[in-house]
Amino acid sequence: MAEQDTRLSIGTNDGVTRVEFLERNIVDEASIQQIGEEILREVDASVMPKILIDFKNVDHLSSAALGQLITINNKVRQKDGQLRLANIDAQIYEVFVITRLNKLFHIHETDDEALASFQ
Amino acid sequence: MASGPLKRRLVLENRLEEVSRCETIVLNHATEFGFTGSDRFAIKLALEEALANAIKHGNNHDPDKSVMVELHVDEICFEVSVTDEGEGFDPDDVPDPTLDENLEKPSGRGVMLMRTYMSEVSFNASGNCVRLVKRKSNDVQGA
Repeated sequence: MAEQDTRLSIGTNDGVTRVEFLERNIVDEASIQQIGEEILREVDASVMPKILIDFKNVDHLSSAALGQLITINNKVRQKDGQLRLANIDAQIYEVFVITRLNKLFHIHETDDEALASFQ
Repeated sequence: MASGPLKRRLVLENRLEEVSRCETIVLNHATEFGFTGSDRFAIKLALEEALANAIKHGNNHDPDKSVMVELHVDEICFEVSVTDEGEGFDPDDVPDPTLDENLEKPSGRGVMLMRTYMSEVSFNASGNCVRLVKRKSNDVQGA
């Protein structure tokens, strides 16, 4: 079994869990699965989770990654929490628009905007 | 810059780890022929979806099966076909993932993304082979 090294940087401040990717490509299935599990653990650990996912290091993702984000979003909503996405590269944002997932997710240009949007 | 058209065939083991190995090879060839920027982004996205579909859905994760990738690229046109050993599927049966009722479903976007990002996407009659074509764009991003 390969060593379970993290693919995320996770920090909490003022009740908001901020998640940053350490990899530029979120396409390979094993990584996506691991990333999803790591974030879902954070969601599970909170009563009403407030999660900010920062995409500033990401320049590629796949539909499997979108699927994992949807699973996270569904779980956050089940717990009356809030999920925000920020700093998405223009080419990747276009994928959200094409799939209409920009309607499902709360997407902000910057971390600061995303943080200010939590209620 | 490459001199003449390139043809190459790769046979992949039916493991998801093969996806990134194949992508690296194919994208290096695409770059040699000047498919960069938004064209490269599109090719990577579509190829990723085609390979994942072949391994997961086509070959049903069966380690005894394989995926064949055939590449043909020149200065104008990039073409890749991905064939699995599965029974195939009817791409027209895939529900529209952009409908409100499907937005929260975590899967079903691969074919739609391939069609959006490539110049042409076609399937063989049995649905176990997808052919992806990208014609080089003239815009600044793709140059």
